[in-house]
Amino acid sequence: MNSSDTIFRPYSSSESLRSDRSAGDRQRHREKVLESIRDNISDLIAEEAIIGQSSDRIVKIPIRSIREYRFIYGKNSPGVGTGDGDTAEGQVVGRAKGREPGPGPAGNQPGIDYYETDVTLDELINIMFEDLALPNLEQKRLRQVISERTFKRRGYRQVGVHAHLDKKRSARARVRRKMASKRAGIERADDRFPFHQDDLKYRHRVPDMKPSSNAVVICIMDTSGSMDTMKKYLARSFFFLLHRFVCTRYQNVDLVFIAHHTQAREVTEEEFFHKGESGGTMISSGYNKALEVIRDRYHPDHWNIYAFHCSDGDNFESDNDATLRAAGQLCEVCNLFGYGEIKPYTLHYESSLIEIFENIEASNFQAVMIKRKEDVWPSFKALLKRERLPEATQGETVA
Amino acid sequence: MSTDLNIAELKEWDDRIKEKVSAFGLDCYPQEYELCDHFQMLSYMAYSGMPSHYPHWSYGKSYEKLKTTYDHGISGLPYEMVINSSPCIAYLMRDNSLALTILTMAHVYGHNDFFKNNFNFAHTRAEMTVSTFKLHAERIRSYVESPSIGRTEVESVLDAAHALSLQLNRNRALRKRSPKEQVSAAIERVRPVKDSFQSIHKKQQEPTVDLNKIPLEPEADLLLFIRDNNRQLTDWQRDLLTVVHEEAEYFLPQIETKIMNEGWASFWHRTIMNSLGLPQKLQLEFLVHHNQVVRPITGEINPYHLGLKIWDDIWRRFGNTGGKPPRTDETPDEKAREKLFEVRETDRDASFLRRFLTDELMQGLGLFRYQARGKDEVVTHVANDDGYDTIRQTLIDNVGMGAVPVIKIEDADFGRSRTLYLKHYHDGRDLELDFAEKTLEHLFFLWGRPIVLETIMNDRGILLSFDEDGFDTKKHIQVNEGLLR
Repeated sequence: MNSSDTIFRPYSSSESLRSDRSAGDRQRHREKVLESIRDNISDLIAEEAIIGQSSDRIVKIPIRSIREYRFIYGKNSPGVGTGDGDTAEGQVVGRAKGREPGPGPAGNQPGIDYYETDVTLDELINIMFEDLALPNLEQKRLRQVISERTFKRRGYRQVGVHAHLDKKRSARARVRRKMASKRAGIERADDRFPFHQDDLKYRHRVPDMKPSSNAVVICIMDTSGSMDTMKKYLARSFFFLLHRFVCTRYQNVDLVFIAHHTQAREVTEEEFFHKGESGGTMISSGYNKALEVIRDRYHPDHWNIYAFHCSDGDNFESDNDATLRAAGQLCEVCNLFGYGEIKPYTLHYESSLIEIFENIEASNFQAVMIKRKEDVWPSFKALLKRERLPEATQGETVA
Repeated sequence: MSTDLNIAELKEWDDRIKEKVSAFGLDCYPQEYELCDHFQMLSYMAYSGMPSHYPHWSYGKSYEKLKTTYDHGISGLPYEMVINSSPCIAYLMRDNSLALTILTMAHVYGHNDFFKNNFNFAHTRAEMTVSTFKLHAERIRSYVESPSIGRTEVESVLDAAHALSLQLNRNRALRKRSPKEQVSAAIERVRPVKDSFQSIHKKQQEPTVDLNKIPLEPEADLLLFIRDNNRQLTDWQRDLLTVVHEEAEYFLPQIETKIMNEGWASFWHRTIMNSLGLPQKLQLEFLVHHNQVVRPITGEINPYHLGLKIWDDIWRRFGNTGGKPPRTDETPDEKAREKLFEVRETDRDASFLRRFLTDELMQGLGLFRYQARGKDEVVTHVANDDGYDTIRQTLIDNVGMGAVPVIKIEDADFGRSRTLYLKHYHDGRDLELDFAEKTLEHLFFLWGRPIVLETIMNDRGILLSFDEDGFDTKKHIQVNEGLLR
């Protein structure tokens, strides 16, 4: 052997840029991870860390890795380890864990079942809100809101990115060229007739703004003394989701925040999410305030109005009739009136408004019960499911 | 902190190392080094070191995983990555120090020699490795880009094929019988033993054998069997199965010789480094790295550590040291080397451990056997007279392909309905049920007809099945019998 045998390939940084060949596979893996997040979204939402954060924050989500399944041995499979010399029979050396597939080196090397992935809160929220929409959004006069910035197709082009390749058209173009060349009497030596660059047809897409209808979302929250930290947390979680949802999915929807105890007042977003108050509970005050805001600024002829209220339902008893009346009026002017009752503890002496609200017959009223933080997301979804009312989607797409 | 290794300097060191390599009688492929940064290294690791490899999301996952553990400092990068090819390609991290790079180069020659000479690698055609992988990649890319196939289709076949790739004939030294030989063997099996008193015995009924059964003998190569026997598969699907199978076969020897191979490379890098007469600064740094690599890891098996210990013991037992532990900074004598080279050629991890992991070694290493009991893993045997055999056997069962359950196809037309009947050759270790379920689903996808897997769970025979209605565990059946036939 002489020295000329060995080859040294020097390092080149351009090589390093060029050879990022795992990019495509990482991208595909990431898609699969997002799919998996989508499937487990409700568990993630319950994590306190996500709620109340600003949207560009990157959250680290522990996700179950996308498993690659093989036939592997289960828990009763023994192993061998290196000891320090003092190992005794019966000694506990570890916890039984699930094993990762594949033959590794000998011994017990449990794989990492979970690993973290970086996702921005926006990405997460986009996934969450995929199937949700403000229901019954109607066409009102004076359209102003732009919802859902999307793309629409506009014809085909010879050039484009691979993802936009229209396979059917490309195939058809090839067949057409084949027929033409046959007619022209061009003979090929072999039977092959491969795709040519000119055959490839790419879909052309242009941005599409959908003007939609005016909408206002009124958030009403009970801030009375009976709303303790836990209840407030649940209520704020609910409104946080609502707030994020409206901001993410609609370009131009008005938000109104109303906080009430025995009296109600309109507050800013900041106050709504961060300030605590105390006092008794007169829910009608909140509703009347909402009605007042609607009268002053949002005429039901021009606006789609959505009102959501969160409370523990512990209303001052003599106020119940007034509350019911006000709720009825709200139903008349609103597209949807949702009521979320926060009941983290099952105490029987607490009164509940849900029972009283059963008297409301309006179809656009919906009440949900939130007991634990895991309930927040399902109840939120129940209120805003796109397919909940079929005519809702219709009203939206006419635009 | 890039140290920017100087190639001219490395070449000088390489010449000196190579001098020693040939002096010690190591027999290597030509060597090729590539300097890379840590991003490239992560990429190479994700793709098993191959300069080109077909795309699949699992490699992206493996990259992310490596990067996560690297970024968090859970694991460092390997000093070296070397592939079984001719010329033998190895990657050197450009940010490593000179001492570490020299150590790595010496280590690589150990692997290089092992790849070239160990019998397990004989079928891998090292000179074709790089071009084979490149051809595989090109073919699979063409399927992905073909308008009539596309990524999703290719991906689902690859997902399924990957799940089954290690279910293959694991001993290449035993030749697979040809169909003709299988037929005569099947006839031979049912032929009655010669009866000297035939004339006075009542005439026995002629035994019959179904020669149309597929397969005649249990079949371990799952992917190949499906490729050849499922007529619904298209050509490109068959090709994908071939590619995945060929890659698994290529990596099989490395799986089977992990401990030997790493021990061998560590043994020779130590010997070479000690014979180079390094300046003291480099020598000390080398010792630090060396001890880091071959340290025992409590509770686990470090293949570098175990392998090196056994090679050292072979040197002690068969060399001219008079049975005394050899001085590890010396060079093995002629007699020792003869034995070392013989073993490196003819063994694999399982036989290596069986032959050379002596009771004394196990005692010295403090090996123990553990098993899950409830929620804990509990030591069941320690290295003493009662434990040696059990520990050694458990270790052998866990190395290389021992960690992969043996599952063979028994019948491809079970119940005359093209149901695929498989049998798990149970050795006391149960299958992990939810993994079995998902893997059967992949199998069902490839075979297209119901799948039945016979196995034992919690000491009871059980049939796992997967068909159009999904997964099912049929109630216990008679163990060890011909079953529902």
